[in-house]
Amino acid sequence: MDWGTLQAVLGGVNKHSTSIGKIWLTVLFIFRIMILVVAAERVWGDEQDDFVCNTLQPGCRNVCYDHFFPISHIRLWALQLIFVSTPALLVAMHVAYTRHEKKRRFRNGEKIDIEELKHEKIHIRGPLWWTYTSSIFFRIVFEAVFMYVFYYMYDGYQMPRLVKCEAWPCPNTVDCFVSRPTEKTTFTIFMLAVSGICMMLNLAELCYLVIKICMKESRKTT
Amino acid sequence: MNWAGLYTVLSGVNRHSTAIGRIWLSVIFIFRIMVLVVAAESVWGDEKSAFTCNTQQPGCNSVCYDHFFPISHIRLWALQLILVTTPALLVAMHVAYQQHQEKKLLMMTGRGDAKHMEEVKKHKMRIAGSLWWTYVCSVVFRLLFEAVFMYIFYMLYPGYQMMRLVKCEAYPCPNTVDCFISRPTEKTVFTVFMLVTSSVCIILNMAELIYLVVRACARRGQHNSNPSSGKGSFYGHKHSSEYKQNEINQLLTEQDGSLKDMLRRNSGLQEKGDRCSAC
Repeated sequence: MDWGTLQAVLGGVNKHSTSIGKIWLTVLFIFRIMILVVAAERVWGDEQDDFVCNTLQPGCRNVCYDHFFPISHIRLWALQLIFVSTPALLVAMHVAYTRHEKKRRFRNGEKIDIEELKHEKIHIRGPLWWTYTSSIFFRIVFEAVFMYVFYYMYDGYQMPRLVKCEAWPCPNTVDCFVSRPTEKTTFTIFMLAVSGICMMLNLAELCYLVIKICMKESRKTT
Repeated sequence: MNWAGLYTVLSGVNRHSTAIGRIWLSVIFIFRIMVLVVAAESVWGDEKSAFTCNTQQPGCNSVCYDHFFPISHIRLWALQLILVTTPALLVAMHVAYQQHQEKKLLMMTGRGDAKHMEEVKKHKMRIAGSLWWTYVCSVVFRLLFEAVFMYIFYMLYPGYQMMRLVKCEAYPCPNTVDCFISRPTEKTVFTVFMLVTSSVCIILNMAELIYLVVRACARRGQHNSNPSSGKGSFYGHKHSSEYKQNEINQLLTEQDGSLKDMLRRNSGLQEKGDRCSAC
């Protein structure tokens, strides 16, 4: 199971999304997952090997690295991307359930074309609207939570060049140097910006769905 | 999602591009992305591990490397290639939207069966009307991104040449320290190669832009001298179904014969002011 499999799973959900949802999915795959795989993983590849401390004390480097980088950015981004893309599976499950119900009615004697059923685009109405809206809401929550976790863990989004470490067994205070800090800061800011764009797309989609349903309701009542 | 995934996504767009657009896409994939993946990444692979400074001061190596290489060439090229290829998705989205509109219209005229839907999917969209503007915007964005990245490269690595030796004075290096870069000549060769292909792509994009503009002007000139052709203005955003129907009729008259026959057989359409001269 890798990013390619996730792409295959989510590609199916794409069919039942709104246009904004489709744009969001494209941004997710091209500007986040692809950048993570193609570029960011290389930048963070040597993060522990090239984390150097100005001491000969054995164990000090390991302890300091663990103190300053409890969870690596790459792992946090991978978790964020998985959590943010999986609410879409709620929608896929609901669509599958709706189709299953239709097939059951067909088996019970109602006349429904099975082929048409497979290719039919299901409109976002009724309980599916609630499922879809919940999935967008969860996406927004997960994005916000991870952005906060990043901010909290790394004191802002900048990677310092030098960190001063006092954890045992380091003697007194030891200077430790982070590898490729500027490149890491650039990618952190890039991923943050794209995360912000994804959040705005999700908010726009939520507003669009709410407005659409309000207009439909007001048309029904008039 | 990796370069192969991006290739799959963009090959779909290829169908609706101009000839120059297809050449540009091939140049991007073969001379830039493939060279990046197959060759350049191995050249820059040991850029940090083989960056050596003449000091035993711990941390000096890291700090000097970070000072001279804020962002590696490889990452800049990867970002450049991703940003330069994605405006094509605007065109893909617009084409998908137009196909959706055509399908809706076909269903309204009672031709909503699978065979006609397939024909809508297969026939090549003409770059006219609002699609022309989307396409031109995508080409302009491509040019812009290419130029911006070439400028960034120039700012970060003046002269595009990789030095063999750099002198570093950043803390904690004591005084001035000599640092040696790994494979400078090979890196210079690849930098110049990528720069040349980038320029070729810029030239192709400019040629495509000029071609699109000249073609649109020529078409408009023809239209002005023959006002009864029934074609809508390409600035027009009329959304009446009659306008759309005329546009589709025009499109179909100039394209696929089978769809044309299908619409001719439906007499309802003939009554809706079919002004195409070739019918």
